[in-house]
Amino acid sequence: MTGWLDALIQGVLLGGLYALFAAGLSLIFGVMRLVNLAHGDLIVLAAFAVLVVAGKLGLDPFVAVLIALPIVFIIGFGLQYVLLNRTLGRDLLPPLLVTFGLSIIIQNGLLQIFSADSQRLHSGAIETASIPLGGGIAVGVVPVLTLLSAIVVIVLLNVIFYRTSIGRAFRATSDDLEVAQLMGIDHRRIFATAMGLAFVAITIAALYLGLRATFDPTIGPARLLYAFEAVIIGGIGSFWGTLAGGIVLGLAQTIGARIDPEWQILAGHLAFLVVLVLRPRGLFPRAQD
Amino acid sequence: MDDAAAKPTKAFRIETADRGSRTAAVIATVVLLALVLLPAFAGRNLIQDLIFLFYMLALAQCWNLLAGYAGLISVGQQAFVGLGGYLLFALTLLGGINPLLAIPIAGVVSALFALPTALIVFRLHGAYFAIGTWVVAEVYRLVFAQFKPLGGGTGTSLTPSITSSVPGIEWVKALLDVRTPAARDIISYWVALALVAGTLAFVYLVLRSRRGLALGAIRDHEAAAASLGVDIYRVKLVVYVATAAMTGMVGALIYLQKARISPDAAFSVLDWTAYIIFIVVIGGIGTMEGPVIGAIIFYLMQRYLADFGASYLILMGSLAIIVMLFAPKGIWGFVSERFNLTLFPIRRRLVIQTDNSGRVEPSAEEPPRHGGA
Repeated sequence: MTGWLDALIQGVLLGGLYALFAAGLSLIFGVMRLVNLAHGDLIVLAAFAVLVVAGKLGLDPFVAVLIALPIVFIIGFGLQYVLLNRTLGRDLLPPLLVTFGLSIIIQNGLLQIFSADSQRLHSGAIETASIPLGGGIAVGVVPVLTLLSAIVVIVLLNVIFYRTSIGRAFRATSDDLEVAQLMGIDHRRIFATAMGLAFVAITIAALYLGLRATFDPTIGPARLLYAFEAVIIGGIGSFWGTLAGGIVLGLAQTIGARIDPEWQILAGHLAFLVVLVLRPRGLFPRAQD
Repeated sequence: MDDAAAKPTKAFRIETADRGSRTAAVIATVVLLALVLLPAFAGRNLIQDLIFLFYMLALAQCWNLLAGYAGLISVGQQAFVGLGGYLLFALTLLGGINPLLAIPIAGVVSALFALPTALIVFRLHGAYFAIGTWVVAEVYRLVFAQFKPLGGGTGTSLTPSITSSVPGIEWVKALLDVRTPAARDIISYWVALALVAGTLAFVYLVLRSRRGLALGAIRDHEAAAASLGVDIYRVKLVVYVATAAMTGMVGALIYLQKARISPDAAFSVLDWTAYIIFIVVIGGIGTMEGPVIGAIIFYLMQRYLADFGASYLILMGSLAIIVMLFAPKGIWGFVSERFNLTLFPIRRRLVIQTDNSGRVEPSAEEPPRHGGA
């Protein structure tokens, strides 16, 4: 029993990481229906950026991420404003192909610079610290921090989306782009702001990706799939749904791994397909859409 | 035409082929014949290069039919390449079936797998569909990695007794005076040629048929097509299953030729989807000529630049982005607009006759492709 209980707890904590992966994707799905195939590679790119900044300046990764957040916001804003805005329109192919191209460029650029070696972020004692819960079960401090950060990110996204003027603009462009434009909203800036915020979420996700396990330039696409699955399981347009979707995915993976270690990833994908068959709009779909 | 000529009022007819495409048909027949006879003169390297070119072109035509016409942008076609490859290995290694017979069987079984797959991924639309197909391809990869009789995660090889049991090898050896490995390549070459010619013929005939009109309508405007009575779901389902069958057959041929399979290679998104998308986009999506041009460009890049490894892929990704942003119709779109050329006459042109002299003037064509781009 303890083993299963442990698997459940670890699954929920792993779900926190997947929710972080998915938060940025959920935001840009919600605001501009853009499916960013480079999302996973951007997480890996951010992890390498944190690695370099922390290494070169001798900073703790947490501090490095705090310093990096405004910079990545500007990078995300710029990427959307200069490149991705040009691809949006009635035709689905340009955004998909441009982000797919970006994915290949990022992966191979990282391979070129950092080689295929596995890397890891280091933050002293916190990496291995754990909290005993009694009954032989202990949870790592980093996984708990991951879940708490995911909740904070989701709460912040909800506050921005539903309580601020920029959030009103997000919802307006999401509901009806043409009418929003008629009301004087510059949708290009709105989309760029959304991408900037998504990059902030991506960088936070990258921090925990690097602290929890090793990473290398090739693991991006798998992270994209986990993020995507979390968003679809939760229901497009709902941030809390994304958190729930991440946890469902994390639970499916740890339960699968408990049955047979080789089934971890497969169990997650199968859970996604089951949800797709039973509830194609996800667990918590937004009322409209 | 006699009716139209008799009346002095305006008459019209629908025309597909023009002089350029009729010439192209003659040239295509000559080229096909030359390609069939080629092994008699060509060296083994050229034969192997052409096998590669042919199967990439066949995959590209399939993807083009899916994405360029049916609006099904799949990032998961590697599922069916890998499935076809694994089916070939299972049928020959475990079932003792003749490899050339195993290829069509792999196609049929791929179609059988595609049907339930479609029922799941069709619940996602547009860009979400794209990632959904990728997830399904990952499921296929992970499942085959668990299949121990074919080597599990590390994969397995075809035994020499199987690779040399391909029918016709002895005949080719005697006829062309070559050794067994070269004879094996020649047989694969003919199969690849048959598959690529078959794929081109299939895509061409589909696009010329009633269903092709429906596909063109879906490509141009899905909602409008639906309102005119096109059963979108059914058309898409048929295209998805048919391309899966062809992709599966090509996959079986690829792995017969490679004689070694592993889940990571057989279900590689880079090899069997990213490259294919590159070919179609560079050449011109939504045209039959585009993938042909794209495949030749890709082949040349692969041959002369692949040694640069990561930089080569960065170049390829950048090229795809630039083409998508600045010339979304690809090279063929540019050429055909400029010179009004069609090699595969699949577009229907309205020709209006204004007098009874029999002189025809092309006056209106199909609306431009990709109205939104």
